[in-house]
Amino acid sequence: MIPEAGHFALTLALLVTLVQASVPMIGAHRGDQAWMELARPAAFAQFLLIAFAFACLTYAFVTSDFSLLAVVRYSHSAKPLLYKISGVWGNHEGSMLLWVLILSMYGAAVAGFGRNLPPGLRARALAVQALIAVGFILFILFTSNPFERMLPAPADGQGLNPLLQDPGLAFHPPFLYLGYVGFSMAFSFAVAALIEGRVDAAWARWVRPWTLAAWIFLTTGIALGSWWAYYELGWGGWWYWDPVENASFMPWLAGTALLHSAIVVERRDTLKGWTIFLAIVTFALSLLGTFLVRSGVLTSVHAFATDPARGAFILVLLLVVIGGSLALFAWRGPSLASTGLFQPISREGSLLLNNLLLTTAAAAVLLGTLYPLFLDAVGGGKVSVGPPFFNAVFLPLMAPMVATMAVGPLLTWKRGELGPALTRLWVAFAALAAAAVLAWAVVADGPLFALLGMGLAAWLFVGTVVGFAERVKLFRVPLPETLRRIGRVPRNAWGMTLAHGGLAIAIAGMTGAGAWKVETIQAMKPGDTATVAGFTFTFEGARQVPGPNYTATRGTFTVARDGRPVVTLRPEKRDYPVERSVTTEAAIHPTIFGDLYAVIGDAQGSEGAFVTRLYFNPLVGWMWGGILVMVAGGMVSLSDRRHRVGAPKTSRAAAGARAGAPARA
Amino acid sequence: MNRRFLYVLPLVVFGVIAAYFAVGLTKDPSAIPSVLIDTPVPEFALDPIKGRDRGLSSEDLKGEVSLVNIFGSWCFACRVEHPLLMQLKKENAVPVHGIDWRETDPDAGPKWLARFGDPYTLIGDDPESRAAIAFGVTGAPETFVVDKNGVIRYKQVGPITGRIWEETLRPLIEELRRR
Amino acid sequence: MKALFLGLVLCLAAVSAGAVNPDEMLDDPALEARAREISKGLRCLVCQNQSIDDSDADLARDLRVLVRERLAAGDSDGQVIDYVVSRYGDFVLMRPPFKATTYALWLGPALIAGLGVLAVVAFYRRRTAAGARRGTAPPPLTEDEKRRLETLLDDRSR
Repeated sequence: MIPEAGHFALTLALLVTLVQASVPMIGAHRGDQAWMELARPAAFAQFLLIAFAFACLTYAFVTSDFSLLAVVRYSHSAKPLLYKISGVWGNHEGSMLLWVLILSMYGAAVAGFGRNLPPGLRARALAVQALIAVGFILFILFTSNPFERMLPAPADGQGLNPLLQDPGLAFHPPFLYLGYVGFSMAFSFAVAALIEGRVDAAWARWVRPWTLAAWIFLTTGIALGSWWAYYELGWGGWWYWDPVENASFMPWLAGTALLHSAIVVERRDTLKGWTIFLAIVTFALSLLGTFLVRSGVLTSVHAFATDPARGAFILVLLLVVIGGSLALFAWRGPSLASTGLFQPISREGSLLLNNLLLTTAAAAVLLGTLYPLFLDAVGGGKVSVGPPFFNAVFLPLMAPMVATMAVGPLLTWKRGELGPALTRLWVAFAALAAAAVLAWAVVADGPLFALLGMGLAAWLFVGTVVGFAERVKLFRVPLPETLRRIGRVPRNAWGMTLAHGGLAIAIAGMTGAGAWKVETIQAMKPGDTATVAGFTFTFEGARQVPGPNYTATRGTFTVARDGRPVVTLRPEKRDYPVERSVTTEAAIHPTIFGDLYAVIGDAQGSEGAFVTRLYFNPLVGWMWGGILVMVAGGMVSLSDRRHRVGAPKTSRAAAGARAGAPARA
Repeated sequence: MNRRFLYVLPLVVFGVIAAYFAVGLTKDPSAIPSVLIDTPVPEFALDPIKGRDRGLSSEDLKGEVSLVNIFGSWCFACRVEHPLLMQLKKENAVPVHGIDWRETDPDAGPKWLARFGDPYTLIGDDPESRAAIAFGVTGAPETFVVDKNGVIRYKQVGPITGRIWEETLRPLIEELRRR
Repeated sequence: MKALFLGLVLCLAAVSAGAVNPDEMLDDPALEARAREISKGLRCLVCQNQSIDDSDADLARDLRVLVRERLAAGDSDGQVIDYVVSRYGDFVLMRPPFKATTYALWLGPALIAGLGVLAVVAFYRRRTAAGARRGTAPPPLTEDEKRRLETLLDDRSR
């Protein structure tokens, strides 16, 4: 009964979206106030209906209603409640429903919080948002219906893959979707602006909070996935350039570029066409990711059970949404007139350079991800593109970007001076050299690029601090004055400082973890010791430990350094008899300079020896910490009142809006 | 005009990408075609399995058209094609040689054959994938069509179905016999 | 197809710690290090998104052993890799080779970057020309104006 209600709600939602996609758009064209106003209640109704449908599906999973095909396939009565819930979206059908739920949620949020938006823009943007929803709800109803029944209902389900029963993995999809589905809002605003024929500073300001929110979620989602891989997959890796990982990373790169490009539109009334294009491309990359994961075009350990028929449907959706918006861009883009001029050496110039590097990186990742498909399609044989290609191409693009990230904020708008900026960064130069030297002193035989990575991380961190110090005129004015200035620093400046600084810390972490990992593999009997990076691991033995639905082999290691005990690690190897699968639970002990990481393998021989893998992963915590700081920076920026207000409402702003000039920053 | 072109370019690029996707949907990305087609069978010499006194070597594959079938007692899909292989033996259609791949227990292969039937003319024991790797095998069952001169002419990935036999393999074998 | 499916299920089921076992490892650390490097660059064909160094699949293990045997027998790194490629094709390489079929791949990013730079340069040229035509480039500041500007800027955080 309840699933039918959910199904019905979804169908109703389709009707609502059909109305929402058409009436407000026509209304905006004709200037009909009432028709435009329909967008807001329609967006609310759409969200509520889809939320209800999602709730019905969740109910079916939570109560283990095995008359529903999805529940049979993807759930089991023995699953803990948390994983019954996360099982709702851990499969193709349910995750599409989540996708559409988040799409409607963003629309409802704009309808709710966007009271200051000009009615025409809001109506058009919500109409575009609804148009996308129409396509995806049709996709769900016709090819991927989670409410399909299975009669007679079996006694229990089949979905008990232990690998999926994990907190990190459970929450990784919702964050990812909140991220890259969230970019749909920037897309809708961009298309609305193209239809309207106007992009101005106000538009950029309205788009920014939605883009920023999506960016925050996407960063978190990607980080969660990496973190899960790190602790679950058992050898300390966290990024594989897997096609599905790339599918979420490309929108991130484009979205970051979009955030920065929008700043230029807002402040200086230029780079409009480019920013609109980026907004379209970012969401296009999200849609592309959706296509790649579900169509069977690429193989990946990640991919959902694939089906070319579904792939064809999504491809048609892609053609309509992306093709349509790019066609609109080709037609209306040239008429977007920009007025701002700027020199290459200027704040805008550095933002443009940032965009160039980020979009080239995104294009390179796209090329590498799609190349095997392209080559096969033209009959050129099969190649595979793995991490060596991506690292060779991505890292050289990021190095200059990190270098300029410290310089850019020190340049003035319109026309800046490089000399003084670099002079003020002498501290950062010193930090770069010091970090490189220190890195070499600590790890003399590491790869050369690690020195560069640490150096750049130090450069960026100190450079960001210098930028902040300039803002508050540290050491140039008396301390109380500086403190006063700190209190007056706007939130989005804090956000930028945190985000850039966090990235610097994360880069240091990635460099350390990537370049300086120490690994030993051996068979150990109880009492044997092994040394890893100065830590002594003593194997105390292993024993069988029963779990709820598995049997674990649990090893015990006492770890000491310089004779003093540090920690006891208890890694496990879990055998799930029902699913016939084995998972590794590594034991991880984070320290400030790296993680101790122990894995127990199979028994070897007959003397109680076991295969053991012991690692020291340097600076991994810096990576997670740095990303957290980045996300915090994004949130601080988002909390800036000027974003929440949308368009400033004072009379000065009213005059500004008329003239199309940016309000005072 | 130059500027207008720049604005149209993304649409064109997207169109090209979409076309590739459309083609890609018809293909199987995990199917790796063999690079050994039209090359001589790799040199190998495998010991016999228990219960047989002769193994399988690359020399045995010269002189007549034959099939080389990679199988294992652990392989579920091999049972799917097994009846067809038995039928081939019964009809004396073409000699089918077997490579018993990755058996951890020397009795496992013979037991499996005793239970389901033994369609093979010669069988080689390959516990360490030496021959399998030499043939570029990635899974079981896989079957190679080898001509009179010991040259690999075709690789079938997955079980041989009746249809595949009728439409692909049998005509090929007849053709190779004529040459 | 079923064979591949089975393999895939096994991969997903047995995703566990990086997979080299001590009993596979060579005694000579230099050779072993070479073996690890080579293994990291070879794709496991059953799982397809792990290297044979990481993969738990049986075929991966056999390939690892094969790599070590060949190294121990005196093959160079290149010879070992060439052998595996001769059996499985370029697909087995994590790092795509640089040959006619992959020129577009390897040269692509540089090409895109180059086009991007050209576009940016053209953008600046067009803008400067437009600015000169419109005469909106402002004249430089006088000393007096500079001082006034400093004072004004000091009154607000930048």
